[in-house]
Amino acid sequence: MVGPTTASDQLAPPVVRTGWLKLTPLNKRRLANFKANKRGYWSFWIFMTLFVMSMLSNILANDRPIIAYYKGEILFPVFITYPEEKFGGFLARTDYRDPTIENEMKAQGWMIWPPVRYSYDTHNLDLPTPAPSPPTWMLSDRQCEAAAAKLNKSDHPNHGCADIEWNWLGTDDQGRDVVARLLYGFRLSVLFGLILATVSSIIGVAAGAVQGYFGGAIDLIFQRFIEIWSSLPQLYLLIIISSFLTPGFFVLLGILLLFSWVSLVHVVRAEFFRARNFEYVNAARALGLSNYRIIMQHLLPNATVATLTFLPFILNSSITTLTSLDFLGFGLPPGSPSLGELLLQGKSNLQAPWLALTGFCIIALMLALLIFIGESVRDAFDPRKSFE
Amino acid sequence: MTESFTKPLLDVRDLSVSFSQNGRETVAVNRISFSIEAGETLALVGESGSGKSISALSLVRLLPPGAKYSGEAYFSQENLLKLDDESLRKIRGARITMVFQEPMTSLNPLHTIERQISEILELHGLNQDSERRARVIELLTEVGIPNPSARLGAYPHQLSGGQRQRVMIAMALANKPDLLIADEPTTALDVTVQAQILALLERLQKNYHMAILFITHDLGLVRRFASHVCVMKKGEIVEKGDVISVFSKPSHPYTKALLSAEPKGLPLKENENAPIVISADNLRVWFPIKRGFMRRTVDHIKAVDGVTLKVHAGSTVGVVGESGSGKTTLALALLRLIRSEGPIVFLGNNIDGASVADMRPIRRDMQIVFQDPYGSLSPRMSVAEIVAEGLTVQRPELSLDARREIVGKALKETGLDPSTMDRYPHEFSGGQRQRIAIARAIVLEPKFIVLDEPTSALDMSVQAQIIDLLRDLQNRMSLAYLFISHDLRVVKALAAHLIVMRHGKVVESGSAEEIFANPKQEYTRALFAAAFHNKVEPLD
Repeated sequence: MVGPTTASDQLAPPVVRTGWLKLTPLNKRRLANFKANKRGYWSFWIFMTLFVMSMLSNILANDRPIIAYYKGEILFPVFITYPEEKFGGFLARTDYRDPTIENEMKAQGWMIWPPVRYSYDTHNLDLPTPAPSPPTWMLSDRQCEAAAAKLNKSDHPNHGCADIEWNWLGTDDQGRDVVARLLYGFRLSVLFGLILATVSSIIGVAAGAVQGYFGGAIDLIFQRFIEIWSSLPQLYLLIIISSFLTPGFFVLLGILLLFSWVSLVHVVRAEFFRARNFEYVNAARALGLSNYRIIMQHLLPNATVATLTFLPFILNSSITTLTSLDFLGFGLPPGSPSLGELLLQGKSNLQAPWLALTGFCIIALMLALLIFIGESVRDAFDPRKSFE
Repeated sequence: MTESFTKPLLDVRDLSVSFSQNGRETVAVNRISFSIEAGETLALVGESGSGKSISALSLVRLLPPGAKYSGEAYFSQENLLKLDDESLRKIRGARITMVFQEPMTSLNPLHTIERQISEILELHGLNQDSERRARVIELLTEVGIPNPSARLGAYPHQLSGGQRQRVMIAMALANKPDLLIADEPTTALDVTVQAQILALLERLQKNYHMAILFITHDLGLVRRFASHVCVMKKGEIVEKGDVISVFSKPSHPYTKALLSAEPKGLPLKENENAPIVISADNLRVWFPIKRGFMRRTVDHIKAVDGVTLKVHAGSTVGVVGESGSGKTTLALALLRLIRSEGPIVFLGNNIDGASVADMRPIRRDMQIVFQDPYGSLSPRMSVAEIVAEGLTVQRPELSLDARREIVGKALKETGLDPSTMDRYPHEFSGGQRQRIAIARAIVLEPKFIVLDEPTSALDMSVQAQIIDLLRDLQNRMSLAYLFISHDLRVVKALAAHLIVMRHGKVVESGSAEEIFANPKQEYTRALFAAAFHNKVEPLD
């Protein structure tokens, strides 16, 4: 039946390859479904804007200029650390906010600053009020007078809030700018959440797939193991582990991963149990497909909808776990920009409501956006919607 | 009183039903008119999607809320379509009752049969517990449930399919209806049970003098059971009249096509000299029943118990039997998809001990086509991907374009347009999907194909086409088929050799021609009587 064919009697229509992104009709329909859900679609774009902004936080909020021109040389202080002796100082890392250095560089060239001139760990030493200092727009000119005077600009007498460096959302109790910490903290939380959710989904789906597909003894042993494993008291273990391992980003990721992968196993396992008796799986077996290929091509797509339903919740719980650990003080090392730490500061400084309010708003916004996005992604993948 | 003699029991005039979804209006039933006299049987026949069930459901307004009705349906002087809900409820379940196709899902699995039947009695005014119980027992006796007082506490899963349908009928009879709507009441049942249920309905119709609106796709049933018939196509009645004249002198081309659609033609002759493709000797599939703490094996479920067969190249062995007789298990065992005992020789090699890896190259020569064209194609893969899947495993050296070329050829062989290969299965009809499944099987050029009820889920006219296609492919490619079916008419058109199975054992086997002409075993005779004449023969 099969022989070499010439171009003239070609039966198969050519594969349509358009652009770098080849969308099957099914995926096109899913994309259209996603776009049709206005709330999810807008949430997606708002979240993406926030996410991209936070990814660029080094450029948006930093205590070093982005580009500087000094004595005929173009410098990139954000990316390259220059020793201060280059500009006539003595520190190993240049403090560009030091008025001496600033004046020296302005005299010998120019520099472009980020919109916010603080990094997450910059202490504002010229606060108008003792730290935590309220947002600058809440202050009166009289409160700013002292700080403005310290700026020591001799050309004209200036004694108002317009003349000092602004802290749009105030500072925390160590005089660090809240906007900068928010940007860096958002980045850290989202990245942590994404990595944790992705890795634990991969492990969870793989474990669920193996148990559901093979069943029998493998399933029985794994299920008992998971039951014991998930009944371990996570928080105590975390506290114990973090007492002898310095809790950094990756250590925390690892510890949380130990427990979070379990959440998807049951769903995927159940989906596989259901789908492995479908006739097309039997047909694939009759064609001689290996177990791996049957799982990847025939069964996993069935489990995606169930997985997608849970994914936004897993992502959110990853983020809140990190936030709550930081809040309790078992999280990231001191000084790290983290939303949980911001909330903790808000709790211990009730006289400075901008801390708690900012923290609360940004966390609520982030979690809500992620849930809305997840919801509409799930609806877009719903076969009843995408096949009709 | 005189008026009710002249007027029919149910008079439907210009009934239309349409559904509106997302602003679009779909007409499901288009201006149909028919009438039923008291005590008579009217059959609505048509293929799936012709609107026969919707017409029946619309009479008691059981369609989903989006449906719009127009026209008139007079049931003893009352227009059912205009009636308020309260009066309609009094008619439903009392004067008009229904029996559905699937007895497993139409009974509530959590209630005993006594509770299900007495619920209806209570709703329509029988309040005394003892009276109700007596009436339930009376009804169960009437529908032929053996030892009814002992079965009152039984749950639906404890009954067989036929018994469940009897309970459904008992529920329908509970209030002595004037009209019984039977929506494919026997389609899900085995042929012998089917014949029993029909006989029961016929007897009850006489006793109760009730009219039956009988919905079916099976013309054989219509001929035997109904007095009048309406042939439906795409929501319209294309022909109506009394059964004898419609069947002997069909006037509409669609009716003619339906009547001639029964699978025809003769199977290819079995060639004794052709090489044996597959043979099995005393094949057994026993599932252990384990009990107790130590999981001792106390007994076995003998799904297949000592079956011996051989299939020659270019010919077909038909396996017939009722559901649960082990036909499909036998097929899966031959393909080594489940564990079995007893030697299987495929193309001269003993494959009963071959490992999964050893089987992989052999699978190229043995394929299977399943019953359900909806369940056997993965909904998330395009047709090209589905058909090419075997090629990617068995002939990985092929390039994408070469693979697509072969897929195109296979689709053309099965009568599909190769240019549609990038579509998804849900865009095809049932018959086309079954062709895709056949294309997937023949794309590897196998020697042996198992056809597991490949026509059972299809409409009659499509069945005939698929049978013709299968015979044609067999002729050209000298394929060996193992053809499993409960539908004897289809088997007759394709199989040269016949195996009749019951409870995992072979009851009778031999040349198909001989068995059809002269069945030796009593069971085979009963099966044939039920299948070809819808007659009940006594069975042990």
